[in-house]
Amino acid sequence: MTAGSPLPRGLPGVDPAWSRTLEAPDAEGTPRTWHVLDNGPQLAAAGVPTEQTLLCVHGNPTWSYLWRRVLESAPPGWRVVAVDQLGMGYSQRTETPRSLPQRVEDLSRLTTALGIDGPVAILAHDWGGPISLGWALAHREQLARVVLTNTAVHQPAGSPLPGAIAAARTPPLLDLVTRRTPGFVRAATATCRPALPTPVRDAFAAPYSSPARRTAVRDFVADIPVSASHPSHAALTAIAEGLDALADVPALMVWGLSDPVFSGRYLADLQRRLPHADVHTYPDASHLVLEDRPEGVSLIWDWLTSRPTEVAAASAEVVPIQVDATVPGRTAIVELTGEGGHITFGALAERVDGLARGLHARGVRRGQRVALLVRPGIDLTTVLYAVWRLGAVAVVADAGLGRRRLGAALRGAAPDHVVGFPAARALVLATGIPGQWIRLGRDDVAGLIAEGLGHPLSPTELFSPTAELDLDGAVLFTSGATGPPKGVVYTRRQVGAQVALLRDAFALRPGGRFVAAFAPFALYGPALGLTSAVPDMDVTAPDTLTAAALADAVEAVGASIVFASPAALSNVVATASELTAGQREQLRRPELVLSAGAPVPAALLRRLKELLPAAATHTPYGMTEALPVATTDPTTLDPDDPADRERGVCVGAPLPGVTVRTAALLPDGTASEELTDEPGQLGEIVVRAPHVKDRYDRLWGTQRASARPAGWHRTGDVGHLDARGRLWVEGRLTHVVTTADGPVAPYAVEQAIESVPGVRRAAVVGVGPTGTQQVVAVVVPEGAAPSGSGRRAALWERVRGLRGAETDVPADVAARVRTAAGVPVAAVLRRDWLPVDIRHAAKVDRTELARWATTLLHGPRAAREAFGGQSRAPSRRSR
Amino acid sequence: MRVLVTGASGMLGRAVADTLAGRGDEVTVLQRRPSGSPYRELLGDVADESAVTRALAGQEGVVHLAAKVDVVGPWEGYRRANIEGTRTLVEGACRGSVQRFVQVSSPSVAHAGSSLAGAGAEPADPDRARGNYARSKASAELIALGADSDDLVVTAVRPHLVWGPGDTQLIGRILERARAGRLPVLGRGTSLVDTTYVTNAADAIVAALDRADVARGRALVVTNGEPRPIGELMRDICVAGGVPAPRLHIPARVAWAAGAAVEGAMALSHVLPGVPEITEPPLTRFLAEQLSTAHWFDQRHTRRVLDWTPRVTLDEGLELLAASASRNQ
Repeated sequence: MTAGSPLPRGLPGVDPAWSRTLEAPDAEGTPRTWHVLDNGPQLAAAGVPTEQTLLCVHGNPTWSYLWRRVLESAPPGWRVVAVDQLGMGYSQRTETPRSLPQRVEDLSRLTTALGIDGPVAILAHDWGGPISLGWALAHREQLARVVLTNTAVHQPAGSPLPGAIAAARTPPLLDLVTRRTPGFVRAATATCRPALPTPVRDAFAAPYSSPARRTAVRDFVADIPVSASHPSHAALTAIAEGLDALADVPALMVWGLSDPVFSGRYLADLQRRLPHADVHTYPDASHLVLEDRPEGVSLIWDWLTSRPTEVAAASAEVVPIQVDATVPGRTAIVELTGEGGHITFGALAERVDGLARGLHARGVRRGQRVALLVRPGIDLTTVLYAVWRLGAVAVVADAGLGRRRLGAALRGAAPDHVVGFPAARALVLATGIPGQWIRLGRDDVAGLIAEGLGHPLSPTELFSPTAELDLDGAVLFTSGATGPPKGVVYTRRQVGAQVALLRDAFALRPGGRFVAAFAPFALYGPALGLTSAVPDMDVTAPDTLTAAALADAVEAVGASIVFASPAALSNVVATASELTAGQREQLRRPELVLSAGAPVPAALLRRLKELLPAAATHTPYGMTEALPVATTDPTTLDPDDPADRERGVCVGAPLPGVTVRTAALLPDGTASEELTDEPGQLGEIVVRAPHVKDRYDRLWGTQRASARPAGWHRTGDVGHLDARGRLWVEGRLTHVVTTADGPVAPYAVEQAIESVPGVRRAAVVGVGPTGTQQVVAVVVPEGAAPSGSGRRAALWERVRGLRGAETDVPADVAARVRTAAGVPVAAVLRRDWLPVDIRHAAKVDRTELARWATTLLHGPRAAREAFGGQSRAPSRRSR
Repeated sequence: MRVLVTGASGMLGRAVADTLAGRGDEVTVLQRRPSGSPYRELLGDVADESAVTRALAGQEGVVHLAAKVDVVGPWEGYRRANIEGTRTLVEGACRGSVQRFVQVSSPSVAHAGSSLAGAGAEPADPDRARGNYARSKASAELIALGADSDDLVVTAVRPHLVWGPGDTQLIGRILERARAGRLPVLGRGTSLVDTTYVTNAADAIVAALDRADVARGRALVVTNGEPRPIGELMRDICVAGGVPAPRLHIPARVAWAAGAAVEGAMALSHVLPGVPEITEPPLTRFLAEQLSTAHWFDQRHTRRVLDWTPRVTLDEGLELLAASASRNQ
């Protein structure tokens, strides 16, 4: 049944042995010659039995070439068949257009002719999606798994066709663009980011070299059913509505979110139809997602060959995520911002219920995502608990991400609704955040509550806070140093477990009173019956908290606890001189200061304690995915006790219910699969706890890589446990220097170097190839002033560069740095400032420093080769 | 073992001969001119077949260091000394009693001027290597490794920038120029460069002789494994040698262009009648590249294969250099 291959020679990435033609009847029984890429004959020749088949179906105007990498990396036992649809690729041209139902039947007859029996997984792109799903619904008994990439099964009512397709569908233009000229064929590969190599683009266009060979390209576009009267409309609707039948078939969607045609809303539509599907999105990838991100192919194979792992939810006490109105008359929140505000627990609970009804009237439903663009305070607290009251999912991003990344984060989470202050509307429009806009100005809360008054709502729609704990509860975001922020999904159970852990770790009892200068924890106050005061500051800019504003907030509620970020505490210390005697007196009251989000220098805490003499200063360690993990008061460490002088930063013992292990570092700087609790073992810090994230949002591959073993979370930090069970953090896994003598974690070396007189700050980075890197110490000398920014400063730095200013580390200082470091140091370079993250102004961007050092030590070309053009979070200058 | 060492009048050759003799090997040296060597000395040129045949009689091992090392001069001199010399010695070794042959080579045989960071030992390439020395040594290494067989196992060792007390090549030139105020730092002086202290290079060469069964048939780059910014290295060498450290920075591209101009002037000086011939140029493009681009190497493979690690650190080497300099003053 096979015949010679019609493929031109030398197409990049294709093994000619895959190419074959065969005859099979089409839907009407007419014999047709098909071209397929099929590794079946190779398997048969090697005597390898076929265990499963992956059927790959392309869309328009591509062909089986799209799946070459899938064939190339097929694991043993997998037969991969990538078809060229009739009229497409190197399959036979037909006399008349093929409609969707015909193409589904064509494919069925082809798979019969190919002798495909046994379990089949489908992999589809573009209009291959509906066709292969049609095949899947007709072959339920064979269907094992479904993988969809940038496709659609439904044109959402009332929404316009994607612009490019719509324009190409006007008849004269359609024929011109799709058939008479190669415009559409070439455009398909022109959207790729980064641009495809010309030989690959030519390969995609190779089968469509003349108008006669492009007829089906035109007909395919014309077959998109936009109205109910279209001949393929009924078939498409049947497929879309039939997907319910695939509820027990594992499904994966791999999506390029920058696709100008099949944008995120088509993914959202498919997610609603296949809610159990795993999803992995590439925010920067376009329509040909596996061309833009070839690593998606190995992700797909990983998924196809993996067994779903069921991890029993860790049993833990869960605090209901609702307003605790046991004492209705007690003050819940006092706002010292703007005009000020005040609300009791009873009123807050009523307001939450009223707003929940109002939001329901506007269409917010159980399981839907609601993005909150509301400043911390009474309104944010109200809307958050109202969202939870409806069983909806709160999507909360920190304004500290910056506008562009905030927009990208929220867009990626695909919220169904956006509740925001009027001022947030511009951001929503400018960054393309989807979802229904619900305005929440000062007067709008009352308006929404009024709307909800007459709104019928069944008792089950106002959620019991203890029901359906495994429903998603919240989506938060990492600040990730590279690429867009990652969404992190917590279930309602995990949110409740986090609240319980905070309560127990810091003895937070109903009736307790605190200052909420750090939003994330402050939002949990009402669930714990805690009274909170929001100080007069811009809560989105932590370093606007003054000592006086803190003292006033303490006074307002008689606070015994202060939640504040490191930057806020730093400003409190800096503005202490403005305090009145009365305010100083108020600051004697707090017994506990909690500061999270970034490392807090012990020196800062000691100065803070001079202002707040009664307070323990705890710095819980954790990350968006697991917070908190451990806690300690750094000022209680004894610099004279050898046990308190291990390598790195002591973050304390794991909190109750939290298990911490390390995964030893391998010579290439990756972490082992084995976990250990052996004291002193440097490794990646891996945690397990009831409040650890459920998953990364729509990042199946990232989640899988982070949850090793299943149920644990790989933090990306490195460190060790000491003999007392305390955790010492030694840096980020990506900043570990892989020398020929073994991995070197940065913190301990930096601390040792910072002890050298004349050195104010130090950062340690690696240069050179993995496994044989050299350690480079970058030092900021005492007295160095961050020079101004702008063109003049840049020019001045260049001038100094010519004079060798970078190496202007005096020989004796360099020698002392080398001695102190304790590991061989290839170069000691000076800078006047270190690049730090924008959000906390505390995390040194060692990747940027490594790039800078590589440019100096190895030249600009080597730096480009090593660091490429990866998209990075902006950084700013350290102070 | 009875070992013939060629080029034993140089710093590294002497160190190799001393190391071999120190552990009881029977050393013969082949020299063009009497060098006052304490070992059995035969006079002759490595390109002279009869001298080589005499020298190889009864030997079990050969360490071939003799070479024309320079940055200038016409090709014929390099071809004869480095290519023909190696060919004659290798052919003689094949015929005679010799079982092990170590060809001492240079990392420059495989590289063409670009930045090298953590590089391995690529095959020698006479077409890409820069300058007459590197091109001729590349051909020589290919000849030597091509002769590797069960009867004569051949290993090539490529020490990078060997230095130590008494070195007239690298250290001598740096100090001489610095003393004359003619030693600029090229570019920012931050290019990371690795070097080899002479004792470590000698140890590695002896290890290659001992581990011939594992190391055979390939080239191994040998360094201290302690790269430093070139500016710092030059400063430290000057300080150890008791001369003022260089202060003048010249942009790398300017230096390269200057090197090109110097080479042009030299070429002219060879052909123009009446113009004094330039033999000791201030700068060549090869030198400009060597001093303004990164040169350090991945030593993991070398150390594993040779079962060797450097005995003298860079800092210890500088102290030994300083001690030797103060003795000579």
